[in-house]
Amino acid sequence: MLRFLGQRLLLMIPTVVVPLVLVFLLLRLAPGDPAAQILGDQASPSEIAALRSEMGLDLPLPVQFVLWAKNIVTLKLGTSFFFKQPVIDLLPQYALVTLQIALAALFLAVALGSILGVVAAINKDGVLDRGLVGVAVLGISLPEFWLALLLIFLFAVTLRWFPVSGYVPPADGLLASAATIALPALALGIRQSALITRMMRSSMLDVLGEPYIVTARAQGLPEAMVIGRYAVRTAAIPVVTVAGLSASYLLSGAVSIELIFSLPGLGKLLIDAVARRDYPVVEGAVLLIALMLAALNLIIDVVYALLDPRVRMG
Amino acid sequence: MTDQAPILEVRDLSVSLPISGRMVPVVTDLSMSISPGEAVALVGESGCGKSMTARAIIGLPPPGAVVSGSIRLEGRELTTLSPRERRRVGGRGIGFIFQEPMTSLHPTLSIGQQMTDALRYNLNLPTRVARDRARELLARVGLPKERDLLNAYVHELSGGMRQRVMIAMAISCNPKLVIADEPTTALDVTIQAQVLELLIAMRAEIGLAMLYISHDLEVVAEFCDRAIVMYAGDQVEAGTPVECLKMPHHPYTRGLVDAIPHAGEARARLSPIPGQVPSLGSWPRGCRFQPRCPRQDDRCATRPELATVVRSEVRCWHPLVGEVS
Amino acid sequence: MTDALLDVAGLSKSFHQVHAVRDVGFTIGRGETFGIVGESGSGKSTTARLVLRLVEPTRGVIRFRGQDLATLSKEALRRERRHMQMIFQDPFGSLNGRMTIEQLIAEPMEVHHIGDSVERRRRVGQLLAEVGLPEAARHRFPHEFSGGQRQRIAIARALATEPQLIVADEPVSALDVSVQAQVLNLLLDLQQRHGLALLFISHDLRVVEFMCDRIAVMYLGTVVEEGPKAEIYAEPRHPYTRALLESAPGRARKGAPLKGDIPSAANLPTGCVFQSRCPRAFDRCTHEAPQPRAVAPSHRVACHLAEE
Ligand SMILES: Nc1ncnc2c1ncn2[C@@H]1O[C@H](COP(=O)(O)OP(=O)(O)OP(=O)(O)O)[C@@H](O)[C@H]1O
Ligand SMILES: Nc1ncnc2c1ncn2[C@@H]1O[C@H](COP(=O)(O)OP(=O)(O)OP(=O)(O)O)[C@@H](O)[C@H]1O
Ligand SMILES: [Mg+2]
Ligand SMILES: [Mg+2]
Repeated sequence: MLRFLGQRLLLMIPTVVVPLVLVFLLLRLAPGDPAAQILGDQASPSEIAALRSEMGLDLPLPVQFVLWAKNIVTLKLGTSFFFKQPVIDLLPQYALVTLQIALAALFLAVALGSILGVVAAINKDGVLDRGLVGVAVLGISLPEFWLALLLIFLFAVTLRWFPVSGYVPPADGLLASAATIALPALALGIRQSALITRMMRSSMLDVLGEPYIVTARAQGLPEAMVIGRYAVRTAAIPVVTVAGLSASYLLSGAVSIELIFSLPGLGKLLIDAVARRDYPVVEGAVLLIALMLAALNLIIDVVYALLDPRVRMG
Repeated sequence: MTDQAPILEVRDLSVSLPISGRMVPVVTDLSMSISPGEAVALVGESGCGKSMTARAIIGLPPPGAVVSGSIRLEGRELTTLSPRERRRVGGRGIGFIFQEPMTSLHPTLSIGQQMTDALRYNLNLPTRVARDRARELLARVGLPKERDLLNAYVHELSGGMRQRVMIAMAISCNPKLVIADEPTTALDVTIQAQVLELLIAMRAEIGLAMLYISHDLEVVAEFCDRAIVMYAGDQVEAGTPVECLKMPHHPYTRGLVDAIPHAGEARARLSPIPGQVPSLGSWPRGCRFQPRCPRQDDRCATRPELATVVRSEVRCWHPLVGEVS
Repeated sequence: MTDALLDVAGLSKSFHQVHAVRDVGFTIGRGETFGIVGESGSGKSTTARLVLRLVEPTRGVIRFRGQDLATLSKEALRRERRHMQMIFQDPFGSLNGRMTIEQLIAEPMEVHHIGDSVERRRRVGQLLAEVGLPEAARHRFPHEFSGGQRQRIAIARALATEPQLIVADEPVSALDVSVQAQVLNLLLDLQQRHGLALLFISHDLRVVEFMCDRIAVMYLGTVVEEGPKAEIYAEPRHPYTRALLESAPGRARKGAPLKGDIPSAANLPTGCVFQSRCPRAFDRCTHEAPQPRAVAPSHRVACHLAEE
């Protein structure tokens, strides 16, 4: 198991490095001079040049790259041009919002999707199954932004159960905080939960036809145990792949849904920073997102290994 | 043996399956009875309904199947029990060994977990006791004690070892009857011999009754007390396996025996049964073997009943009597 | 031996660590049926494919009709293939489902430029009759036929180029006894009529006994015993052959069945391959691999005990 984890950690490196290098290059090669932009229209060329050398922008690209890489590795992410605050202090509060939404949506998608998928499979071709499959098809065909607007209209504007927008950090009351992320999480999670429902259903149907399920039944084990312990265990394996894709999708989805609900998350931070050419923030945010995605992949791999001894033993 | 009350008694068992929207019979009017300690063989070619019969007996036919007839285990009617009760009774009273050692054990639960589940649930054993008993059972079926097989997974075991585990699981809750569905077909010849030997030894040791399913009359002749020969869902002949082999009464049984290549007759021709097994849903009326039968005549258009011929039960209008094959 | 159709010597094939076939040698005369028996993984199929050079041998000589196939150029090999054909176990997988029976049977003739299209079509009719299929089968597809009928189609296809050798890898293993008998009869008939040699692979000892003139018994990639069928069945000389024959259904069992599992071909023991399961293994078997030696004319056994 340790060797397995080691291998996976090595495999993580490129998934983090590649996006970072891309961002470095894109920012450097894109037209426009950040120093000029920061100082505004009135700045004199000498002021701009001074700032450029202060920022290291006058150095040759390879040298910039080496300095940049060194900073990234030592986690010296620099100071935001805009906020005048170290990026490393800035990121956590924004990341928390995004994570909260993504995790809530993921929990919703996996829990609801798995349960509904199992229920549908057990009632194959019954009324419940048909109903669930129908709802799942509907859920998959609804785009998130549309769903988000529907939810806002129904629950926030008409029923007034949840706030339309805005964010309350968990420190100021867990319930109030949960209320602010409920709608975005719902808007994001429903489509994924529909996908997982379908996946779980078909995976369960496959597994329920397997001889080892007949063996378990023939041993006299009660149906609840056959389903819960024997069938779900193997049916979940392909679902983990889908859940993994869902999770990375949800992370990026959270970034965009924040804009609709105007929540102060990583997405909003990133978009604003790009508009302001606030390099350190852009790089810091990308680094963080890449790390979160990589961590996610690692978690998926570990879940796989826990579910399937064949993976664990190589 | 006949004076003892039978362990298993099956009367007029029929199974139909939904195939492309209509119910198609797969097994019809099958009856058998197995006494304590007796080994009965169910023999027939692929698709004749052997596995379906077995699955109907343990109450686990494929979804949508319609099963009729009576199935009694130690005098208790199983078909009228609630599904829950039926599974409990069947789980304790009947051990089952499947044809496919590769797919009949759970791929991601350890051998120990699978074995102790049944022990804990059926015999109410605490986990530690169940594990000890599972370890004992594994040793008893001849698996190496040195290896910690309780914590092993199926993919780490060879086919023969898997089938031994299946046997250990089948006898774990002290059943009176074991149903073995072609337990050696998927194994190598020398491993087949090992597993068969083990089953025979187990049967003698615990006085198990056994329903042994096979497509090979010669294999079952070695250790079964009676054989039931099936053709296209029908029981065509029942008698001792030696009688079926040496003096078959049904023309199909005769054809089956003649088709087996034998020592000494090399380079001569085999006598295959002409034609092929009718497919499901297009069985001929009357006797199902009639289109391939050398003794067929007008009478065969009505279905013959099982009747006693010499010492066997035969479903045929024109049984062979006294013609040695 | 001089007019041998196929003469194989020192044939070996490794797939990475797996020594699938090691130092296999045998001879098949014209019109003879040579059987290979052995358990799963013993290298029977690999040997069959090596003989036709469908896989490249790691080492060894394959002398077919006097030429060494192992050193033949691609084009020469292609031309030579006309004289040797193969039938597989799986009557479902080995025929292209999108081709009609006529196309399937005519294909080998097209590949070897035999006849024109009219001639080929006529020959398909002939072949169908020969394997006992109705003329109407010509325009149908493989999935419309039963397992036994598909195997007949495969046989007709193999016969199309009038080969001198047919390699049949478990041709009846997927079939029921009654259908198996039909296919075996057909193979025997055709063999007599055309003077074909047959390399017949099976794990069913009854079928091999029925079909073959001479047999080789394989274990873990090596031939442990080779000789006339009658001699081997009557008096097996290698302990493995003996155990194998005693395990066969319908034979009165004398000894206890072999203990233990077949070792993995990726992890072979030193010395004799069979030592781990051999009831008569002794010191020498653990460090010295027995060489095949003649115990009677054309009967060879690879066992230290067979030396006396
Ligand atoms: N789930 C199913 N749905 C539809 N048909 C089925 C199903 N299971 C089995 N059958 C059909 O029922 C018939 C009897 O099947 P069964 O499995 O009892 O055969 P068998 O005698 O055990 O054959 P084999 O020797 O191949 O195991 C076959 O024709 C098979 O195709
Ligand atoms: N293409 C391949 N790559 C790797 N290993 C192979 C390959 N083909 C065969 N082997 C290995 O070579 C050994 C011999 O295989 P082969 O198929 O010849 O056995 P066999 O006697 O035909 O067995 P069976 O009775 O199961 O068909 C096996 O251990 C097999 O796993
Ligand atoms: Mg079956
Ligand atoms: Mg093979």
